[in-house]
Amino acid sequence: MKTSDAVLRILACGSVDDGKSTLIGHLLFLTGNLAEDQLRVLYEESARLGRSGAAPDYSLLLDGLLAERQQGITIDVAHRYLATATRKYILADAPGHEQYTRNMATAASRCDAAILLLDATTGFLPQTRRHALICALFGIRQLLLVVNKMDLTGWSRERFLEISDHCRQLTEDLTLFGVCPEQPVVVPVSALAGDNLTARSPHTSWYDGPTVLDWLQSVPCADLRRDNGARLPVQYVLHAGQQWADSRQVLPELLRSSGSDVFRGYCGHLSGGSLQQGERVAILPSGVETSVQQIWSGFRLIEKAEPGQEIALTLAGEQDVVRGDCIVPAGNRPEQADRFKVRVVCLDTQALLPGRRYRFRSACGSATAEITRIRNRIGLASYQRLAADRLEMNDVGEVELQLSRQLPFDPFDRNSQTGSFVLIDQGSHASVACGMILHPLRRAANIHRHRETVAPDERALLKAQRPCVIWLTGLSASGKSSIANALERLLVDQGCHTMLLDGDNIRHGLNRDLGFTEPDRIENIRRIGEVAKLMTEAGLIVITAFISPYRSDRDMVRQMFAEGDFFEIHVATPLEVCEQRDPKGLYRLARSGVIPNFTGINSPYEEPLQAELVLAAGASQTADDAMAIVGMLRSCGKLQPATDQAVPEEGV
Amino acid sequence: MPVLAQLEQESIRIIREAVAEAERPVMLYSIGKDSSVMLHLALKAFYPLLPPFPLLHVDTTWKFREMISFRDATAERLGMKLLVHTNRSGLERGIDPFVHGSRIYTDVMKTEALRQVLDQYGFDMIFGGARRDEEKSRAKERVFSFRNSQHRWEPREQRPEFWGIPNLMKNRGESFRVFPLSDWTELDVWRYIRQEQIPVVPLYFAAERPVVERQGQLLMVDDTRLPLMPDEQVRRAKVRFRTLGCYPLTAATLSDAGDVEAVIRELETATLSERCGRLIDFDQTGSMELKKQEGYF
Repeated sequence: MKTSDAVLRILACGSVDDGKSTLIGHLLFLTGNLAEDQLRVLYEESARLGRSGAAPDYSLLLDGLLAERQQGITIDVAHRYLATATRKYILADAPGHEQYTRNMATAASRCDAAILLLDATTGFLPQTRRHALICALFGIRQLLLVVNKMDLTGWSRERFLEISDHCRQLTEDLTLFGVCPEQPVVVPVSALAGDNLTARSPHTSWYDGPTVLDWLQSVPCADLRRDNGARLPVQYVLHAGQQWADSRQVLPELLRSSGSDVFRGYCGHLSGGSLQQGERVAILPSGVETSVQQIWSGFRLIEKAEPGQEIALTLAGEQDVVRGDCIVPAGNRPEQADRFKVRVVCLDTQALLPGRRYRFRSACGSATAEITRIRNRIGLASYQRLAADRLEMNDVGEVELQLSRQLPFDPFDRNSQTGSFVLIDQGSHASVACGMILHPLRRAANIHRHRETVAPDERALLKAQRPCVIWLTGLSASGKSSIANALERLLVDQGCHTMLLDGDNIRHGLNRDLGFTEPDRIENIRRIGEVAKLMTEAGLIVITAFISPYRSDRDMVRQMFAEGDFFEIHVATPLEVCEQRDPKGLYRLARSGVIPNFTGINSPYEEPLQAELVLAAGASQTADDAMAIVGMLRSCGKLQPATDQAVPEEGV
Repeated sequence: MPVLAQLEQESIRIIREAVAEAERPVMLYSIGKDSSVMLHLALKAFYPLLPPFPLLHVDTTWKFREMISFRDATAERLGMKLLVHTNRSGLERGIDPFVHGSRIYTDVMKTEALRQVLDQYGFDMIFGGARRDEEKSRAKERVFSFRNSQHRWEPREQRPEFWGIPNLMKNRGESFRVFPLSDWTELDVWRYIRQEQIPVVPLYFAAERPVVERQGQLLMVDDTRLPLMPDEQVRRAKVRFRTLGCYPLTAATLSDAGDVEAVIRELETATLSERCGRLIDFDQTGSMELKKQEGYF
């Protein structure tokens, strides 16, 4: 029987040591997918490195990295290719260690169906439940639950039924998230001995379900035909004009026949529905309407493109379309929004925190994203939603996102291409989280910015100055406050209108509810940034003196201001000097362990990478440092040149 | 969607994505069957225009002569720009696979040469035709494989990769190796060559060729640089190649498969894996992984 002619992508997951690599390796062997020389190597290595006694250690076929073989664990996904008479499979063997969940998620994002393994002697472990959750959230509906190491239970039917019941409970728990995998098939096996992999085992006369291979042969492919509206996020723009020469002479002919002098083809992956020649389409986010002229698929022009095809469209008229725009049927458009409720899987060692800014990437474009609220963390025991103020590596949770601009999207369960995204740390470029869009939040639309009748420019003009923020950052006792005070004195003496924000007037007032944990430090800086912004809008030159140890937080504040209005000044006094000064005795207390989270001692300070000014380390020349800042402000036009300092500008 | 169509579409998506995010893309063209398929996919991805990148061949000077003429003819026929780079200092040092052994030779004439030319042009997105089914460490690699400014691969620190939205952000000097054929198998490649009638180097097809037998492997005598041991004799045999590399490091197999159809029939019943003729894979345990860490493909 011919089930399907497509490639089926299968994920093998589950907790560490449950036998995933052994299962796949053994399956490859039993289905005749191993070559003689590979078998020779396997037997030879099993004798030397194997952990399965006299039998071949099939996991050695999969664990291809040196570190994996030395430690006997799986670190990253291995891909193996299996063909049976009727079908071709790509098997992704995912690591079970919690530490490598990001690699499991990588594999899950591409698979149609999943084999979830567990050890019959230990049952469901937290990592088994984590993998089941990630599979479900990523839209994997077909699940085979393999109860491995049944031989170690003496092929106990009771144990198997017990685990089957847990499994039913698991799928029920998952419906809490509106994701319902099909009721999984549960199969008792011994991956090592090969029972119920490709042939019925004599040990399980009480089991009448399919073998692993039976299940593989019968599992349906993901259905692409469901019509939720065609979406073509533009991935790449083909662009050429008359002058463009090609030995094949394809293009000149094309341009002649279309009567145009430029060719623009909008390439991308079509999902959600079909598109055809002549169809009315809209280009998002602009919303401009036009119609499809040509559809290229490889070397051919086609009349109609189906979901799953990579195509290049040409559109009627001169259109301005760039990568990240989305071409959709004019009558079936996705929503556009800049605030979303989303689900995320955290992938990086740095925690996901409210207030942090990240690069948001989706098929429909990029933006800056801020997590405005962490709604919950999903507990693994029964998938309950737990209160959380941060999400750590490997956590799954629900958060609210604010983007810097509106993007078109579909909820993930309607279209996984236009409903998924990644969050990237702008400094380290680490993929911090991947996520799925649940729905937009409308709150942004209800807050209409008050339309001031007096503009910030007018307030600044009245004060005859250019408002800006001078943000001093550095270790405790580096001299920030002294420099800030000296600077304000200099500025006021020159007739400037200023405001100085530092620990005393902020920590004891506005931010007295905040402590020194990482989320609190972020919120502290965010509030200071907002206050500084209000004050610059009032026309003031604002000086701040805060340790502000995290680069991403300073960048967050920087982004609140127009370019050139924010000056990051690094007071780069070395730690030894600061510690020696220690005017308040804080370093001593931190060293003795009395103060936790003390910057420089047991909490990091991230030096600025692009400070507008770095003040010479430990020079301790407060007055000179303040003058250096004044000089910088002059040279970039924020302050009048020195010669004019006492003479007010004419006409003011 | 049929298997080949599905693989083809996914590869095209990968190629377009990489180019869209690249400043200076380049395609490593090694003249073999995989390169031929990858190039064909790139032609499709950008049709009716030409792919917006040059081809790059790292020439060790030990390639089969037929490969070199095929390379030049292909670039000429398609109108693609072709860059050829050889490690001059390696040549001057007289690095020779027979004298120095495959390990040092590969280090200098392939890996070092590749790093030289990538640095020279500042390429940041580098296509390669490697497939995951070839070898165990390749089976572990991402489609978009991050390399630091020393071109090193860190297998334990691979970026998570979400299908459709790869994270291709990088700093100056960092780059990505991009493998559009990651999920293809040897048979997929040949079936696609048949379906699309893609030209390949004739060495893949059986013919009478001069060979010597050495340590159980058949080496083709492509030029006079192959030193013969006292007890060795050149004989003619009907052979073909399953993979093509440098002739001293690539063994031939006895075969009657004279055309694409016959090659596919042969592979459908083959009992040996593709890389059994690749001598460099057996240098040491995990040898491919170590080579890749140094910047080899």
